[in-house]
Amino acid sequence: MSTATLEHLANREYKYGFVTDIESETIPKGLSEDTIRLISSKKNEPEWMLEFRLKAFRNWLKMTEPDNWANFDYPKIDFQNMSYYSAPKQKAKKQSLDEVDPELLKTFEKLGIPLSEQKMLANVAVDAVFDSVSVATTYKKKLKEAGVIFCSFSEAVEEYPELVQKYLGSVVPVNDNYYAALNSAVFSDGSFVFIPKGVRCPMELSTYFRINTQESGQFERTLIVAEERGYVAYNEGCTAPQFDTNQLHAAVVELIALDDAEIKYSTVQNWYAGDENGKGGIYNFVTKRGACRGKNSKISWTQVETGSAITWKYPSVILQGDNSIGEFYSVALTNNAQIADTGTKMIHLGKNTKSTIISKGISAGKSNNSYRGLVKVMPKAEGARNYTQCDSMLIGGKSEANTFPYIEVMNNSARVEHEATTSKISEEQLFYLQQRGISQEDAISLIINGFCKEVFRELPMEYAVEATKLLGMKLEGSVG
Amino acid sequence: MLLEIKNLHAAIDGKEILKGLSLKINKGEVHAIMGPNGSGKSTLSKILAGHPSYEVTKGEVIYEGANLLELEPDARAREGIFLAFQYPVEIPGVSNSQFLRLAYNEKMKHHGKEELDPLEFNDYLKEKAKIVEMSSEFFKRSVNEGFSGGEKKRNEILQMAVLEPKLAILDETDSGLDIDALRIVAEGVNKLRNSENAIILVTHYQRLLNYIEPDFVHVLADGKIVKEGGKELALELEAKGYDWVKAATI
Repeated sequence: MSTATLEHLANREYKYGFVTDIESETIPKGLSEDTIRLISSKKNEPEWMLEFRLKAFRNWLKMTEPDNWANFDYPKIDFQNMSYYSAPKQKAKKQSLDEVDPELLKTFEKLGIPLSEQKMLANVAVDAVFDSVSVATTYKKKLKEAGVIFCSFSEAVEEYPELVQKYLGSVVPVNDNYYAALNSAVFSDGSFVFIPKGVRCPMELSTYFRINTQESGQFERTLIVAEERGYVAYNEGCTAPQFDTNQLHAAVVELIALDDAEIKYSTVQNWYAGDENGKGGIYNFVTKRGACRGKNSKISWTQVETGSAITWKYPSVILQGDNSIGEFYSVALTNNAQIADTGTKMIHLGKNTKSTIISKGISAGKSNNSYRGLVKVMPKAEGARNYTQCDSMLIGGKSEANTFPYIEVMNNSARVEHEATTSKISEEQLFYLQQRGISQEDAISLIINGFCKEVFRELPMEYAVEATKLLGMKLEGSVG
Repeated sequence: MLLEIKNLHAAIDGKEILKGLSLKINKGEVHAIMGPNGSGKSTLSKILAGHPSYEVTKGEVIYEGANLLELEPDARAREGIFLAFQYPVEIPGVSNSQFLRLAYNEKMKHHGKEELDPLEFNDYLKEKAKIVEMSSEFFKRSVNEGFSGGEKKRNEILQMAVLEPKLAILDETDSGLDIDALRIVAEGVNKLRNSENAIILVTHYQRLLNYIEPDFVHVLADGKIVKEGGKELALELEAKGYDWVKAATI
């Protein structure tokens, strides 16, 4: 394959890089207690919510930005040079989708997320978050009949304050880490899901996050609670326009599963990754944690991370309930100058708790891709079991893959297994497939797809198809 | 004429391996290319298939009246060139049937013919697998992963059966096979042989030619064809050894 073709393919554009021209209300840059009071008042929040934010902010002021443990450097973020709230101007309260600005509906349609009643995704309820606010949630009525609450976070604070107050910050405390504290202080919107006792959510739930405004951060908050025997599968997707400045995305996601409940959380992350030299792109510094509070409960994280300039993310499970199960399935792909440091933490507290970690890292270009994971078995976790498998695939000669497994076992009945492999897409594999009439592009997709199979089969069907396409697209031209 | 190679010179990493090779192949013919290690047999196979590591420095390869060397390997394959690899490659996580269906449909698409859905293809594949006595258990397994040497070679011939090439190049297909596997592979090739296709058998040993009878035998030494003849040449070679040819050419 000629160099020219390679370059052409490698420089294919990020197709979600457009900006929606919409009138937005963006508060002035800067961060202080006043900023937080302003955000809270814009959202008409009750006093306890403001108190939660202020407490987080005061903690954050005392904390320092983490810098020395990571395997890479990044420029200091100027927290005063960023806006913390940006919302498309629209009517205060939307009764139906007809009242949503057509520009917004068009934007989501362009992203492949139709929100209008006629075109909605069959049997998937969607909450669409644009910059700082949720603009629409589909299938609300049908979910309500089943007893499921699925709404924007702001709405939940208004309509279900006792539920929010009970669970918010109970998995990720306001002082948990630097970015979680920041999020707790300034978060603007996100999704809230509540599955009552004995209810199997009749459809998949999905939230789609879109950053539109330049120089604004996105700080969303997601809270999912499944009561006894509840079940929900929740999917999250994200994109952002192409700006040459970096934007910060610092989300917090908390999951709570009570006795015999199950939460399946899937993410396909495709934030703008910056250009080939690493200019621009999203800093994705996210705290995601689930608590298996009840016995026999199960939380499973599946993620496909393809975007962002830097990804820092460790979806974790605290296995409190006896016999509870935590799972982490991850594909992280980095190309060009991208950096990903991602993995999980499995904290075994209860008896006979089980965790499985399957991580697939693919690094191309001059990117840096690390798996970092902690398996911790506490003294009372009799019979705990963990299986970890970390596979890395290197593409080209300039990328880097690392594995940092941390294992702490304080109960000697525990069984912890760790396996790791590193491989490359070889010229011979490509030639073999091409010799059978398969184009180079399709050959790469096929090999990557095979490499990621154990993770993709955990994804909902349409996400798996999307993820396969996405990986193929991101890698085009990087082998040769 | 299906294939004409004219005065072919080729190199890898700057080292010249083929030094003026010429060969003509018609439909319906089976040609055996024999020669000692390092004579350029495998290089010839890889060049015909378009391996990117090899550089053609001089000469021409005309396939069905057009310049073959201009085409990418996948385009050559879709035009009917098939290489059975000496060392088939493993593709973890990709099932044999998924891979074969993709390859088959790419060819169909290229020729404007109807593609097969997974169910239809499964039936097609089952029929073809009989040719090399493979059970459908192999369809679900990852391509060549964990296959024994014999299974890998049978899998190559299965692919040949599925893709129905016009020109099949079998690169040392007999190497590493026990006598039963050799018989199965050779019988498979014989079943696929017809008046519309041609086969190039690249082999070090005469043994394979007991099972697949060639129309022509070419002996390669130091990047050139040094002796040509009918199938009896292979027997003579077996008896006298490659030194005999080498000595004869000096």
